Amino acid sequence: MKKIERKIPAIKDGSVIDHIPSRDTFRIMRILDPQEFIHPITVILNLESKKIGKKGVIKIDNRYLTKKEVNKIAILAPSATVSIIKNYKIEEKIEVKIPKELVGIISCSNPMCVTNTEKVDTKFKVIRDDPLEAKCLYCERVYGKDELEIKRK
Amino acid sequence: MTFNGRDIVSIRDFSKADLLHVLKVSKVMERDKPMLLAGKILATLFFEPSTRTRLSFESAMCRLGGKVIGFSDEKVSSVKKGETIWDTAKMAEKYSDVIVIRTPIEGSARLAAEATSVPVINGGDGANQHPTQTLLDLYTIQKAKRNIDGLKIGFLGDLKYGRTVHSLAIALSHWEVNLYFIAPDALQMPEHYLKDLQEIGIECCQTADVFDVSKQLDILYVTRIQQERFPDPLEYEKYKNAYRLDRSLLSEIKKDMKIMHPLPRVGEISPDLDDTTHAIYFEQAANGVTVRKALLALVLGKVE
Repeated sequence: MKKIERKIPAIKDGSVIDHIPSRDTFRIMRILDPQEFIHPITVILNLESKKIGKKGVIKIDNRYLTKKEVNKIAILAPSATVSIIKNYKIEEKIEVKIPKELVGIISCSNPMCVTNTEKVDTKFKVIRDDPLEAKCLYCERVYGKDELEIKRK
Repeated sequence: MTFNGRDIVSIRDFSKADLLHVLKVSKVMERDKPMLLAGKILATLFFEPSTRTRLSFESAMCRLGGKVIGFSDEKVSSVKKGETIWDTAKMAEKYSDVIVIRTPIEGSARLAAEATSVPVINGGDGANQHPTQTLLDLYTIQKAKRNIDGLKIGFLGDLKYGRTVHSLAIALSHWEVNLYFIAPDALQMPEHYLKDLQEIGIECCQTADVFDVSKQLDILYVTRIQQERFPDPLEYEKYKNAYRLDRSLLSEIKKDMKIMHPLPRVGEISPDLDDTTHAIYFEQAANGVTVRKALLALVLGKVE
């Protein structure tokens, strides 16, 4: 295990998302909009993890994840950890925690919801952490984790 | 407790104390108070057709001495020209002291409330909420039965799409009641509502046959099978005549059982039940004016 990890290039500056369940790794990649990145991104899948079985790791060079991005990650993979790396050292570990209210992060799948007809930020209230359930504060529909559509921007 | 300036958007925003307070003030509003809202203006923004809701709000405002402005057809508003609900509400705020809004768009009343500083009352936002209907339903139940605790209440008809049923069931969950959901499987109460009710500890029973439970009921709340809510017209055809209550029901119910209906009815209650002591749906519609008088006076700070 350690041997494999050593093969992963360390990054000088940027962000590392660790402890992602392997199956969710590409969903997280998608919401981060990687095509907008100009520096290298390393994605590793199927590393052994005592905590979560098979895990994924995403290393992003020269880019620090925002709080909003970390919130999005929390929705898909609450077990993940996010570290900000500066000059090869961990500068900050950001707590990945599902916020009580998700503003502008999730789209409401109800076509009749006002958030799909007017220019307004969506607002969801997290009503259950595990399994995740969130309620649109406008149309009041409740969605489970797999029904939640995370906005890419 | 003060309702002054408060928006009435969703029945979920109401605590039991709030509900009881509205019921108490409604009782006081049985009598007209012709000068209570003198000098106040109500704006009615009705983006879809409505008879009872709009007329009863207008009547309530007039009976309390206030004035009404507004529109009842999207075609005459600037929304037809592309104006947003947000902008329309912003404009109406400048012209009035309180706004009632009805649209087919879910969450639009919440958005209008965010856009404005005057109180906004939701007159129905699509399949989502219609809180003033729920409050008048509660008032009607309380008036007919005095105590809500201990009642056995049946809901019949379109329980899947019927927002009045969803909201009333949620409001009733503040009391100790037994709820009976009577509908074909395809139109039964959505699972998440049943889950919410059961988590609160409300006993719920589901059946497709009204005669299974009719003898136990204190209240039977009947709803129309709503054509406009069906995504598939063929599905509507299948269920539109699922229930037709007539005098044959009378031998199968308690003597003091009351039948309610938010109206309009299509064919689910035969007119030959209208003159029985069981039918209270027209009284229920009349209570709409009383309860809306109470709400207007409360949010405008004219009663505590």
